[in-house]
Amino acid sequence: MADRPDMPATPDLPRAPRGGAAGTAPAPATPEQGGPASGARRRFLNGIAGAAGSACLMGLGVGLYSRQARALPALALRPPGALAEADFLAACVRCGLCVRDCPYDTLKLAPLGDAAGVGAAGTPYFSARQVPCEMCEDIPCVKACPTGALDHGLTDINQARMGLAALVDHESCLNFLGLRCDVCYRVCPVIDQAITLEKMHNPRSDRHAMLLPTVHSDHCTGCGKCEKSCVLPEAAIKVFPLALAKGKLPEHYRKGWEEKEKAGGSLIGDQLQLPARGVDTPPASPIGGAGLPSAPSHPVVPSAPPGLGGER
Amino acid sequence: MAVSTSAAKRLSRPGQEAVRTRGWLAAHKWLLLRRASQLTILALFLAGPWFGVWLVKGNLTSSLTLGVLPLTDPYALLQSLAAGHWPYKTALIGAAIVLAFYLLLGGRVFCSWVCPVNLITDAAAWSRRRLGLKTGKTPAEATRRWLLGATLVVSAATGSIAWEWVNPVSFFHRSLFFGWGLGWLALAAVFVYDLTVARGWCGHLCPMGAFYSLLGKTALARVTAPQRARCNDCMDCFAVCPEPQVIRPALKGSGSPVILSSDCTTCGRCVDVCGQDVFRFSHRFDQRSAS
Ligand code: SF4
Ligand code: SF4
Ligand code: SF4
Ligand code: SF4
Ligand code: SF4
Repeated sequence: MADRPDMPATPDLPRAPRGGAAGTAPAPATPEQGGPASGARRRFLNGIAGAAGSACLMGLGVGLYSRQARALPALALRPPGALAEADFLAACVRCGLCVRDCPYDTLKLAPLGDAAGVGAAGTPYFSARQVPCEMCEDIPCVKACPTGALDHGLTDINQARMGLAALVDHESCLNFLGLRCDVCYRVCPVIDQAITLEKMHNPRSDRHAMLLPTVHSDHCTGCGKCEKSCVLPEAAIKVFPLALAKGKLPEHYRKGWEEKEKAGGSLIGDQLQLPARGVDTPPASPIGGAGLPSAPSHPVVPSAPPGLGGER
Repeated sequence: MAVSTSAAKRLSRPGQEAVRTRGWLAAHKWLLLRRASQLTILALFLAGPWFGVWLVKGNLTSSLTLGVLPLTDPYALLQSLAAGHWPYKTALIGAAIVLAFYLLLGGRVFCSWVCPVNLITDAAAWSRRRLGLKTGKTPAEATRRWLLGATLVVSAATGSIAWEWVNPVSFFHRSLFFGWGLGWLALAAVFVYDLTVARGWCGHLCPMGAFYSLLGKTALARVTAPQRARCNDCMDCFAVCPEPQVIRPALKGSGSPVILSSDCTTCGRCVDVCGQDVFRFSHRFDQRSAS
């Protein structure tokens, strides 16, 4: 009764059921069951191998792609409280709930193929020059995050480190030209801590001061308000992700003035009494005389070690 | 040859007999309900960004409804766990709710009633039938399950939520709710792929579909074939089904008439297009069979 379709004509359909047109009788075995066992097994194994193979290839592709995409310069400024980039990528499910709860529309989800180099498609970021973070006291973006990609432990917005501002262009910053602009300084929510004006002599006019905007990393939250409000057509002060903005001293460096503070006093004792030129009698060394060669006929530079100009 | 040509021509428009016997509306009932469900979900998400009515925030991966109900895609969270991040309670609760829902109802209900990519793959399948395109080289059906495993391995290896780098399902929602970028390219790719390879995406590749299919083993909502004795082998149900291999055991076997395979997306297209009224929406314990 039914015109049973011929297989070659409709190849993407499963084989027409065998047996009578009506299914009253138990259906006979399908060809797969009826075929020789070894053939079926071979087909099965081939299928598995093919599937596993293509899946592995695709997995590899995804892996390589994500690595490569991650290797792009990450210029993205992450929302406050964001985990370090590597942990962030493991945690952020790219839901945009942080984006939705930001009252200033600061945050965006990176669209696919975004040319700004903001990193993984779908992850939240902001561009300081467009809309900076207003540093909400209750930090709604962090509260909204369901996964912990934004750390709920951040409860004081002044502790946020979204990035770090740097006065990158000394040549066009108006203050460096000896003018009084100060805009970046005055808009900073952490004024006088994150950014200060350092007074310098102006050698060009020789009678004015220059007030140089100077950023301090232990207080700058990276909110980007300074970059946003720089009066120049292209900001002279810019906010970068910490990894780009920060240099790093070698582990073994000690700053003498900090060590001094820690020790509660100079580590090398009191200042030496330097001999006055032309006076022949050498003074007694306060350290005890053993550590320093006495050079009665030369002025001594006592704190410089041999090799650094102290002694030839 | 004449027979096969006419059969092929008829199968390019399956369900005509059903339209003749039951009327157009009744023969598209489940399709219409399903489209309504898919579009309602899109509308709920879009009401916020478009009209400022914030019923639902976020996207399919994680959302907050009416400020209280968190929902999170358990597959994305699983990858996050594999990548080494232990998520906050909100995400865990959200994932537990979603998990429970689909364990109860049937994992791939997600695929046919929620997933936005289904609109694209259905459109591709419809175009394929109309254009009478022949099958390209289909990857093995098991590929999606291997890919599911592979995404977890890659997540662990790279320390990031791997599938989200390429997932067209997320691209669709994110693009629509947060700005397009090149997201539409991924969707176009899925359409073209499904146009050349029958059911290539959902049926063979999508690891999300594979994941939700794993949740379908205990599903209550099922399609059953109580009137299978009436089947006249017109093949219409096979032609519309996105996972046609699930139909045969129920329709042609001697055992349970219920389609128990967890690959069944419970879309109900077979119920719609069958001119003989063989299929019904029901539950997994419904063993009624007229045969
Ligand atoms: S602190 Fe406020 S302004 Fe800044 S990103 Fe969060 S919600 Fe937006
Ligand atoms: S709310 Fe959290 S998980 Fe969602 S996009 Fe923002 S950072 Fe990512
Ligand atoms: S980014 Fe600029 S405005 Fe913001 S805290 Fe740092 S210095 Fe101040
Ligand atoms: S706002 Fe710009 S030009 Fe003015 S002081 Fe700051 S960095 Fe210089
Ligand atoms: S298989 Fe994947 S793309 Fe297809 S409907 Fe399911 S989740 Fe969506």
